[in-house]
Amino acid sequence: MQITINGEERSLTTQTMLQLLQSLEIDPRRVAVELNMEILPKAAYEATTLADGDRIEIVHFVGGG
Amino acid sequence: MSQNDKLVIAGREFTSRLMVGTGKYASNEQMVRALEASGAEIITVAVRRVNLDRSKESLLDFIDLKKYTLLPNTAGCYSADDAIRTCRLAREAGMSDFVKLEVLGDEKTLFPENEELLKAAKVLVKEGFTVLPYTSDDPIMCKKLEDIGCAAVMPLGAPIGSGLGIRNPYNIRIILDTVKVPVIVDAGVGTASDAAIAMELGCHGVLMNTGIAGAKDPVAMAEAMNLAVRAGRLAYRAGRIPKKLYATASSPIEGLVE
Repeated sequence: MQITINGEERSLTTQTMLQLLQSLEIDPRRVAVELNMEILPKAAYEATTLADGDRIEIVHFVGGG
Repeated sequence: MSQNDKLVIAGREFTSRLMVGTGKYASNEQMVRALEASGAEIITVAVRRVNLDRSKESLLDFIDLKKYTLLPNTAGCYSADDAIRTCRLAREAGMSDFVKLEVLGDEKTLFPENEELLKAAKVLVKEGFTVLPYTSDDPIMCKKLEDIGCAAVMPLGAPIGSGLGIRNPYNIRIILDTVKVPVIVDAGVGTASDAAIAMELGCHGVLMNTGIAGAKDPVAMAEAMNLAVRAGRLAYRAGRIPKKLYATASSPIEGLVE
């Protein structure tokens, strides 16, 4: 399936949000995730299966003033 | 003395009245040393996309969350919608309700877009955020932000990163008379005396990033700012002498040899 993550199109096999984060070596505790413009709570990462056409934003804290 | 003079924001107490940003340092190690030297307890962070190719790096690897309270900002947001979205993401990432709300109007001045700021503040306060808004040094705006339910107001001293200091101390004084929430000068501080001046006016705190990170020796400047904020606060509480046009001698007139 085709998924857009942080503006980049990627081809992925069916998986959950948690599996995606793990495959990207992202610590789920350190990020916030938006799935199709809605915040996906951390508690839902394991239970949410991604679908073709999903748009995902994965953000974290960086240095700033 | 500082034990009884805590900064209170939304019911939470802080000893340090200096808040520092985590941007623009030469390295994470320098940032850590500067934050330590500053004595800050509240530090700002930005919310940005994870770099998918280098996702192992994280600012939080360098920040001791037991020591610091994170204040996520909405830097780079030019609309209420963007700022609201960023705050919701920040809360989800950090599990804290504190946000520094910035809605910018223009890239050159980075002055706030006050109409959009009010829109965003209304929504965010309703959603239970503790909103600390970056705004102009306008008492009327500050009163509106207080009325909406913001936990503090953060009028700029001068444009972000300009180092021009407190451009309008009279407005800042009027703001202090106008609102009951903490007044924290945010933006424009260039050197230690700027921070001291803000505190001497009666401000409850000062927030800065470039003033420290952009200095030739950020760690030394962080220490200077730490001292300046404490000195300014002490001077304010000590009650300065009035300004007079003419002199009043400090030594007695009697007893001079003739």
